[in-house]
Parts: sequence; structure tokens; C-alpha cells
Amino acid sequence: MPKLNSATDLEKFRQRILTHRDPNKVSVAICSGTGCHAYGSEKVAEAFVDEIERNGLRGKVDIRRTGCHGFCERGTIVVIFPEEICYLRVKPEDVPEIISTTLVEKKLVDRLLYEDGNGQKIVHEGEIPFYKHQNRIVFGNNRLIDPKSLDDYIALGGYSALAKALFRMTPEQVLEEVKEANLRGRGGGGFPAGIKWETTRNAPGEIKYVIVNADEGDPGAYMDRSLLEGNPHSVLEGLLIGAYAIGSHQGFVYVRQEYPLAVENLDIALGQAREYGLLDKNILGSGFDFDVMVHRGAGAFVSGESSALMTAIEGRVGEPRPKYIRSAVSGIWERPSNLNNVETWATVPLIINKGVDWFRGIGTEGSKGTKIFSLVGKVNNTGLVEVPMGMTLREVIFDIGGGIPKGKKFKAVQTGGPSGGCVPESFLDLPIDFDELAKAGSMMGSGGMIVMDEDTCMVDLARYFLNFLAEESCGKCVPGREGIYQMLKILNRICEGKGKEGDIELLEEISEVVRDASLCALGGTAPNPVLSTIRYFRDEYEAHIKEKRCPAGVCKALISYYINPEKCQACLICLRDCPVNAITGGKNLVHAIDQDKCIKCGTCLEVCPTRFDAVVKLSGVAVPEPVAEGTEVVRKRGGKK
Amino acid sequence: MSEVTLTINDKEVKAKQGMTILEAAQGIGIDIPTLCYHKKLTPYGACRLCTVEIVRGQRSRLVTSCVYLVEDGLIVKTESEPVIKIRKMLLEMMWARAPGVQVIRDYGIRYGISRTKFEIEPNFCILCGLCVRYCAEVKKKNAIGFIGRGTEREVMFFPEIASEECPKCGECFPLCPTGVLPSNYALARVPHFTWELNPFATGNKVKET
Repeated sequence: MPKLNSATDLEKFRQRILTHRDPNKVSVAICSGTGCHAYGSEKVAEAFVDEIERNGLRGKVDIRRTGCHGFCERGTIVVIFPEEICYLRVKPEDVPEIISTTLVEKKLVDRLLYEDGNGQKIVHEGEIPFYKHQNRIVFGNNRLIDPKSLDDYIALGGYSALAKALFRMTPEQVLEEVKEANLRGRGGGGFPAGIKWETTRNAPGEIKYVIVNADEGDPGAYMDRSLLEGNPHSVLEGLLIGAYAIGSHQGFVYVRQEYPLAVENLDIALGQAREYGLLDKNILGSGFDFDVMVHRGAGAFVSGESSALMTAIEGRVGEPRPKYIRSAVSGIWERPSNLNNVETWATVPLIINKGVDWFRGIGTEGSKGTKIFSLVGKVNNTGLVEVPMGMTLREVIFDIGGGIPKGKKFKAVQTGGPSGGCVPESFLDLPIDFDELAKAGSMMGSGGMIVMDEDTCMVDLARYFLNFLAEESCGKCVPGREGIYQMLKILNRICEGKGKEGDIELLEEISEVVRDASLCALGGTAPNPVLSTIRYFRDEYEAHIKEKRCPAGVCKALISYYINPEKCQACLICLRDCPVNAITGGKNLVHAIDQDKCIKCGTCLEVCPTRFDAVVKLSGVAVPEPVAEGTEVVRKRGGKK
Repeated sequence: MSEVTLTINDKEVKAKQGMTILEAAQGIGIDIPTLCYHKKLTPYGACRLCTVEIVRGQRSRLVTSCVYLVEDGLIVKTESEPVIKIRKMLLEMMWARAPGVQVIRDYGIRYGISRTKFEIEPNFCILCGLCVRYCAEVKKKNAIGFIGRGTEREVMFFPEIASEECPKCGECFPLCPTGVLPSNYALARVPHFTWELNPFATGNKVKET
């Protein structure tokens, strides 16, 4: 492939790809994102290759291993174009049927289709409620391209925004566009990207850097991963445009080593871009030089903090710097360095191509465009969702997410990862944007959204996040190290039933100091999970401390399992399944739990047949004295002898 | 180098541009507490005791004075209420790690603290990093460094370098605010010593319950 030397070359190349592609040709897209990969998507893909060969369809059907489609709950996802037939939970053994029924006979395999609550089957991917309510401007191309193919990206108009910027716009114009679009950083803080770019551009110094922050580390969040795995060129194109606007000739991608597929696809994309003249010297013949280095992180959450990330790129331990000078002015090797998150970069080409007005038409007054969320936890449709800013939590959780499984009650949603907070049911109609979430005591963060039902203990949840932060903090400053540690100790104590009067106030007091005195944002926001749960669920904290009761029945030290002797039918199931032999009784004899032996694993409650419903979980009340050993069961009327 | 004028505790101060608030304050005899500052070393900003309040216009902000550079017209309060609140809490946290250490007790007296509300879990190292930074920046030997992160972070002599360099140097010992460094070094020289035997090893990881 000769290098593309001008915008015309790129356009000609695109036309050549398109003329070789028949839009009506059958194409099977197999989601090969990390979620589907775990379901075994590679085996499905291999089965397709084999079966197509066996049926003599080679050349008539394209197979495309795409990036993440988003509906991870129902992997492996297979979409058959041009009809856009969407099959969910596809297993390798389903493949012969799909080939013979759908590809050959042009009929549907009903059992693999999405079924809504009324038993109605939905054929097209876009009509599934999970997708229907989304606006997938950034993430939507994932399902259409093979991330390892530059041709696929170019066929969809890829790099046309770069060509437009390089040949039809000055760097200042590009900068103005991004500023005017009010693109706010998708990595957490929501700082306007255009203003950051301008600071770096105007900062003194010839050498400037642009950086992609792909050190996504929030528990349960994987949108940056999926974007980088599924559409690496879109991130690269955004980075190139930013570099042009800022006047940078060297970029870095800081990506987690734990994301092997993202690293692999990114490396392939960079290689292709260099080969085609979209990277390195004299890009598209414009005279603009730019190259990118991939820096693989060694697995530290704190390295996602901007100054720590830059220290790590310099080759030192990724710890935050104490300086009061913005990295946009003095970053890597004290040179102006502009850092943006994966999703922010991937949004840039869209703004350049479709214009400021289009972008500003999506979203709310203060937050424009869309945001990708990783919708996880106690929700029916887990996966990645991209919605316009301003959509309410209710729409995301219930319309897209399909509500709470097993008919349980919604309790709270945690947004923003460990730095974010919990928002209770009363905020369900809150429009999601940077400012509204902050007002509610949480934050947008990078887009983690963990849904919790009535079975979640909020104290335990705060404890989980603090434990994460205690392990992930660098340990450099006293509030970040000792402050988080002391808060965690108090939370542990409360969960163990040893909470004391005044613990809530002490937590609040330490929180204030940790927030105000910490060296970096990890420490500064670490109290959020605690403060927001205290704010909205103070009664739960009080129940733990005063009544030694865990309302959600989660904290093991505060719960006991008890077999109701009047209901027990001596079926022996729990007795046999108890892993520590804590259940006494026998055939025809009432079962009882030896509370001293019980490890509170909950197996007895799970296995007790629902028609008996004899095992109960108690919290905050004394366990009734067990009946005398050898007591015979009271047979239910109609029960078998 | 040009001069700036700022106000520290209602006193007008002239300072050279590029100076930190801490240095400017020290220049006029205002003592801001700190445990990780050393004039020969790059500011580190870890103990956070030197936190002060700055006011610009209507807005006030808490900053670390060992790092924050002086600005013209800046108003600094080194002993305001929020500052003292922070120092008290930090001192109590360090007290739990280094009970009985003179410098922490002295600061405690200054801020009216005579005990800590936190459980005493001593390891006598407050991770100020003076030893590590002195060895790296002044001696350029890197015989001592940090290992681990979070609550498991600790200071460690690296045997390959330490066995060569430390016997003839020892300059970091007097820098240690808690005085634990020389004893840890002595322990490291005990034959067959392993760090698991170290009575001061941090070992304060919280167990998952």
C-alpha cells in the first residue's frame, strides 16, 4: 500500500474500498469484545468459519469479528447484515442452525432473538429496548467494523475529519470548534477540553505532548476499554486532530497492561496508520508530523490521576506530584502536556465532521453530547450504554437497563466509581449531566453506573470502596494513607457490629480533612462514597451502630440464620448441604442451626424448598432458643408422610 | 529575579518570585509546622502539616505551603481555623503511628493535643521520605527507597547498594523525625535478619472481613 499523500488520495482510497464492497452482501458480525470473548465468542466465530466453508458459502458471506456491541448481558452477540438480524446468547452449537435457517433459507431462528416482557420477538438490533433508547454516536461504529482493519474504519468515513482539519482548517479554527462545542472531559472532572487544549497550545515551549488516558480503573467500568478495543482508529484520529490544534508532534497512550486486547488492537492501528501515511512524518502530505508511543501501565489505580500518569510515562513510579502548576503547562518532563480521556478523544472527529451545532444540539445546557456508561450491578440488562446528556437515571436504569432483576426494589445507584457517590431513589428523575450529579453529591466520573437493589447494604458498599481506595492509594501523603485507613477501620468496625456512638460524626470529621488536605484527587474525593451514603442512608448506619442490625441483611456479623421449627419438614436438604455441619436434626426430627458453628454462608436459606420456607435470616433480634434435640416435626397438612 | 509582595498573617512580606509560601514565611520568622520539608531537597508535600489558607478576592483555598509559590497580592493565613483543624487531625493520625516521638508531641502541645483518638499501631515511620530523598537527591546513591503502596508502603534499605554505601555515610539518620531509621538500619545488619522479624514493619493492612 503506497502512502496516502493528500486528502484526495484518502478519498480515492475510500471510494476504492467502497466499490469493492457490496452493501447487500451478507455479513456476519460477531461481537468479540472482552465480555463476549469471555462467553466464548472466538469459538462461535470459528464455528461460523467452518460452517460457511462446509456449506460452500465461502466468498458469499463475510465474517467480521467486531468490538463490543454493548449488550454484554446477552453475549455472544451475532448480528447478520444487511438485514441487521440480531441473535443473542449464541453458542457454537447454534451456528449450523443459523447458517442453514437464516443464511440459506432466509428464515429466523426464533429462540435466539430478543424477547420482550410480552413474549414479543424483536429481530433488529436497533429495535431492542436496550439499544432503542440510546444515541450511540461514539460507540455505535463498534458493531460495524473489525478493529483490526483500517479499511473498515476508512469505509465508514474514517480520517475524513483529520483531512478536513489538516487541509481546510487552521489549528486555531479547530481549537475554536472544540471550545465552542463545549466538549467536556469524559474522564471524570468534566473540564472543558477546548480550554485545556488552548492552555497547552499557549504554554511556552516548543515541544508539547498530547496524551490519551486509558488507565480506566473504576470497579465495574469498561467503556474506555471497549472503545479502544473496538474502534482504536477513532481515538487515534481524535488525538491527531488535537495534536494539530495544539501544535504537538508527540503523543502518548497510557493504557493498562491488564487490557491486552486494547493494547494489541491499538498497536495494530498505529502500525497501519504509519503504513498509510496517517501517522509519523508528513501526514497525508500536509507537512504535519506526529507520532504516538504506547505506554503500558503497571496496574495502579492512582496512575489515572493526571500528574501520576505523567510521572509514570517519564519512567518513574506513578505517584501524584504535589505541584500547583497545571500539567497543561508543565507535564511530562516539565513540558506542556494535554491529557484527555479515551472517550473525549473519540468524540473530537465527530465534532469536526458534523459541526458544532450538531454536537450542541445533543445534551443539556452545561453538558453537551453523549456519555457512555457502564451499566452494571443489580440491573437486568447490564452492558455499555451511550445516552445523550440529560437523560434521567430512571430512563437509563429502567428503559434501557430493563429494571431490577427478580422483582426486587431499586435502592440506589452509584456513579463515578470510587470517587463518586450514591444517589437514592428520590433522585431517579435527575437528568444525568456533570453538574446535576455533582449537586446530588455524586459525580459523572468516567461513567461507571452501579445499580443496587434492596439487598445491598450501604455501609458495606462504602466499606468496599474505601477498601479499594486504601489498597490503591499510593501511600505518599498522610491524609491519603492514614486518613483513608482510619475511615476504613471505622467502617469495618460498624459492619462487624462494633460501631460506637459518635462513629458517624468521626467519619464526617476525618472525611473533611482527607478531602481538604490530600495531595491528589484520589484522596480528595475518597470520602465521597462515605459522605454520600451517610447523607442519604444515615438510618442504615444508625441501625448498624445502635441496634446492631443490618437492614439489608448483608453484614455477616449482624445476621443469623434460623430454622423455624414449626415450618421445618425435616427434609434433610439443608442439613446435608451445610458446609460446616452446623445443622442438627435428622429424619423426622426438626432441624436446628448451631449458631456457634454457623459461618453464615446462607446455603440453608438458598436450598430450603420454597414450599416450606423454613429458614429465615435475622438481624437485630435475638435468635430464638432452639427446640430440644429430637423434637419431631409438625407435618403440614397435605404434606407427604 | 523580580520581587512580589504578599501578606502572611497580616504582615506584608516581600519575597522573590519562585519562592514557596513556606520559605517566605520562614524568612520573616513565621513557623509553619512541617515534617517532610528540608531546604536541600525538592519539596515533597507528603505530611500536609504545612497546609495554609490562601485568600484571593472572595475565595479562600487550602494549599500546601511547601509547594505553593508566592504570588503578588496573595493573602496567606498560616494559623486559621480550618488549617488548625487539619493539623490536629493529621497529628493524631501520625501519633498513632509514632507514639511518644518528640517532634510530634511538641507539635501536639502547640495545637492542644495530648493523645490520639486512633488506635496506636506503631511502626515509627511516618513516610516523610527525607531519608529516601536525601539519598537520591544529595548523595545520589538510592540506597534506600519506598516499597509497596497505600497502607503497605514502607521504607526499605536496598541491600545491594546499602551494604556498600551506608556504612560509610549514615547522613540520613539524623534527618529522621521519629528516629526509627538508625534502628531499622541496625536491624537490617543483623545476620540472618529478615524483614518479617522487624518489629516495626508496617503490617497494617486491613483484613477483609
